[in-house]
Amino acid sequence: MSEAILRVDSLEAGYGEQQVLWGLSLGAETGRLTTIVGANGVGKTTALRAVAGSIRPWGGRVVFKGEDVTRLPPHVKAARGLALVPEGRQLFSAMTVEENLEMGAYARHGTRSYASRLDHVYAVFPRLRERRRQPAGTFSGGEQQMLAIARGLMSEPDLLVIDELSLGLAPVIVHQIFSTLKKLKEEGLSILLVEQNVHLAFALSDYAYVVAEGRLFCEGAPSRLEAMPEIRQAYLGL
Amino acid sequence: MSALLEVSELSKNFGGLQAVHALSFAVEEGAILGLIGPNGAGKSTVFNLVNGVFAPDAGRVLFGGQDITGLRPHLVARSGLARTHQIVQPFAVMSVLENCIVGACFGGKNMPLEEAREAARQAAMRVGLEDRLDTPASQLTIAGKKRLELARALAAQPRLLLLDEVLAGLNPTEVERMIQVIRAIRASGVSILMIEHLMQAIMSLSDRIVVLNSGQKLAEGLPAEVANDPAVIEAYLGDPALAAELRAA
Repeated sequence: MSEAILRVDSLEAGYGEQQVLWGLSLGAETGRLTTIVGANGVGKTTALRAVAGSIRPWGGRVVFKGEDVTRLPPHVKAARGLALVPEGRQLFSAMTVEENLEMGAYARHGTRSYASRLDHVYAVFPRLRERRRQPAGTFSGGEQQMLAIARGLMSEPDLLVIDELSLGLAPVIVHQIFSTLKKLKEEGLSILLVEQNVHLAFALSDYAYVVAEGRLFCEGAPSRLEAMPEIRQAYLGL
Repeated sequence: MSALLEVSELSKNFGGLQAVHALSFAVEEGAILGLIGPNGAGKSTVFNLVNGVFAPDAGRVLFGGQDITGLRPHLVARSGLARTHQIVQPFAVMSVLENCIVGACFGGKNMPLEEAREAARQAAMRVGLEDRLDTPASQLTIAGKKRLELARALAAQPRLLLLDEVLAGLNPTEVERMIQVIRAIRASGVSILMIEHLMQAIMSLSDRIVVLNSGQKLAEGLPAEVANDPAVIEAYLGDPALAAELRAA
């Protein structure tokens, strides 16, 4: 049993007057790949935003590495080792690959130098080294996703949080990115991701949470969840 | 039963994007039809095409046997078709009653003001806002505003009501109450076309379900039929082939 790097308890959050999360609880364990799955509009992205601090939770707690970080702003969470790869990548499109990576390194005074971090992400994504002078906006969707992940890695995070990993990407790219994540996990990185494709999530994760209507529907090892007819119910209501 | 609303071969492009493509469906008199589909499937665009916010590129919309294709929204409202909006849009400084009076005045009947006031009061009562008639809309909670959105549409005394996510953002108790309100509206003879992300709710409320995916009809049938349709399950849960491939690799 590995220890929890992230613990989310009874999280409530929303936008304006609109409440989206109604007491969601979940977690992520050290050195594991954890996924959150669920249909559109159930609050997966909202949960990640609240975890990363880009929106402030209305209630509940976010505990990261044993400390309550519920009310901390995103840059402080990033400095403590929690990096978010947001939905839609959100790259600096006019900047080059390397400039984007430099932005990612800002947040945290890690143990390694900037140069060695850069070497590491280029080793993980060799294609980015080839294109390091190219503006990010000229990239394909798959390359942008790789760059967004690489930018997240530049802060040497303890937990990498990725929203909508496979959305809009060709199968071959998804394949590549997942193999990369697997390697990163073997190097000790903890990963929490939101994934639309439930089969994909179950095939690749160590543990999964199924969210429906802003709450936890069920959780468990993918092999166990896969056999449950209730999964379809979470998505389709029947 | 006969069709109150008949949509045939409806298409709409935005730039290069085919938002709705050759879509046909019908809402029977007195029925609730649920429109579901992943984000970006084109559900709200269908509402906007039916009530005249957008004119379709092709296809027809028949309402009560009358061709309303491309008719401006206020004229569609006059023909007896009312709608609510996903993001509530009350007249903030006006009271609950005044908001409903606006609905009544621009609806299917050309009512004198006193009659509109009474229709507005009735509508507010049906959604449970009778105690808040003089409250400015801006002071209602989100649940209250959702009710008001519905009451204003009801005050128009429509034959068909388009409900766009009236349950979104409500807590479980409020959802349950709103479901009761919707059932009562249908029981009073109003037909309903609804979009809703709360799947359990829409599956239990609807007589029939139409599933949209990428602007096209993916499936149609009874809720239980649709929920067991492999194509629908794949649209919601994702393509299993990719995962199988990754496992094999």
